[in-house]
Amino acid sequence: MKTQTSPALEVRRRSLLAGGVASAAGSLVPMSVQAQPASVPNPASPPASGLMPVSLKVNGRSHALDLDPRTTLLDALREHLHLTGSKKGCDHGQCGACTVLVNGRRINSCLSLAAMHDGDEVTTIEGLGTPGKLHPMQAAFVKHDGFQCGYCTPGQICSAVGTLQEIRAGIPSHVSVDVTAIQKVTPEEIRERMSGNLCRCGAYANMLDAIQEVAGGQA
Amino acid sequence: MKPFTYERARTPAAAAAALAATPGAKLIAGGTNLLDLMKLQIETPTHVVDINRLGLDQIEEVAGNGVRIGALVRNTDLAAHPRVRKDYAVLSRALLAGASGQLRNKATTAGNLLQRTRCPYFYDPTKPCNKRQPGSGCSAIGGFDRNLAIMGTSDQCIATHPSDMAVAMRVLDASVETVRADGSRRSIPIADFHRLPGTTPQVETALARDEMITSVVLPAPLGGRHYYRKVRDRASYAFALISVAAVIQPDGRGRYAYGGLAHKPWRVEAAEAQPDAKSIVRATLDGARTSAHNAFKPLLVERTLASVMAQARSQA
Repeated sequence: MKTQTSPALEVRRRSLLAGGVASAAGSLVPMSVQAQPASVPNPASPPASGLMPVSLKVNGRSHALDLDPRTTLLDALREHLHLTGSKKGCDHGQCGACTVLVNGRRINSCLSLAAMHDGDEVTTIEGLGTPGKLHPMQAAFVKHDGFQCGYCTPGQICSAVGTLQEIRAGIPSHVSVDVTAIQKVTPEEIRERMSGNLCRCGAYANMLDAIQEVAGGQA
Repeated sequence: MKPFTYERARTPAAAAAALAATPGAKLIAGGTNLLDLMKLQIETPTHVVDINRLGLDQIEEVAGNGVRIGALVRNTDLAAHPRVRKDYAVLSRALLAGASGQLRNKATTAGNLLQRTRCPYFYDPTKPCNKRQPGSGCSAIGGFDRNLAIMGTSDQCIATHPSDMAVAMRVLDASVETVRADGSRRSIPIADFHRLPGTTPQVETALARDEMITSVVLPAPLGGRHYYRKVRDRASYAFALISVAAVIQPDGRGRYAYGGLAHKPWRVEAAEAQPDAKSIVRATLDGARTSAHNAFKPLLVERTLASVMAQARSQA
């Protein structure tokens, strides 16, 4: 499988891993990262078939990008906007590490072309909260130790926020006994709805506690 | 991914015309299956036509109390639609049994029908596969075929269609509405939409090359109780080993369609009048071709159907 990862990113990734425990704070990206220029051309992947103008509103800021049509939304966020909180795990929609909210709904950003999202509003982990002002879901994950290595955490948190929104919107799930009924926030519902986010460390039990706490606070 | 050019279609007919004009063009809607395959270079379109802005994302009532579902209605929205939950619960349940929340938020009605098999050999470009490379052979026959087809197979291909949604649409007798580059439209019964592999397993549907799905129509509600029972290796986010979609009336009459058995949703109407699960399944799976790895499927189908029928009796 070919990816469009640049050599520079590989260096960053290695240094991040070398940082040991610092990687657990992957969801807590410093403000300075958000202050990058709006459009950063990526010299590592020259366009083969003409660049596409794509405008994205990411975490409240508008960006005008010129992208190779092959650029996924995930690569646009990570490689062009340098918002590296969203993670590339499997790059095939199987692990959920790349989960972001697009127009308020959670999707796998690895399985979408950036060009398909022209004009869309994207919220990444960096836009949910900041180190000084965490989103309640971020705070609950920290409080309940809802992670170990932290790599899946940004996707887990974005997915958890999307999950609670979907339950509030009355969207049923596979474990809903009656699909016509109002859905409740139960552990069974949360487990089913979060099944698209894998955690190889197995921090699921603590994530469930975190999500339940946030859901309880919203009820 | 191989390089491609990209355009946003303005109308359904224009999208179909783009397919006609450019050999190697592909439509993209949710992209959840196509981009996966493009990254593996199993799909290598030279031109990608984005149809997300065609406005085909509505669910509307049609004459005769049916429902028309736009091609671009997302799986989440279809499963959550009040009319679908109330009158076509088997469809809601099938959709919710498939994929993950993130994927259902993106995947579309038409794309779900057109998704490719998850046969492991189709996904492995180092192995022969008649579907991926016609004439190269089938690695699945005699290979790891535990989750592959036992009905309607050929010597060329034993792939299954992976959709849960399509199985529910088959039990509901939906029809697929299309448009071609010349603007002509037609309606294809779901029973005729997916093909068996035969000698051309790379041809999976009745669609012409320049034909695009615009909507799916559900006929008037059937009433009765609706079930979608999916048996898989883990409790969530996995493809079916087998599945049963059922609509069962208070007097016990039922309609049954099955997933995980064939290159298309499997349904044998003539078998549905049989008195019990054992005889229904015997008639439905007549001519099954099993292997050492998947010989469990007929009995699993029978037990699953028996369980669904027992539940219907207990709720009648």
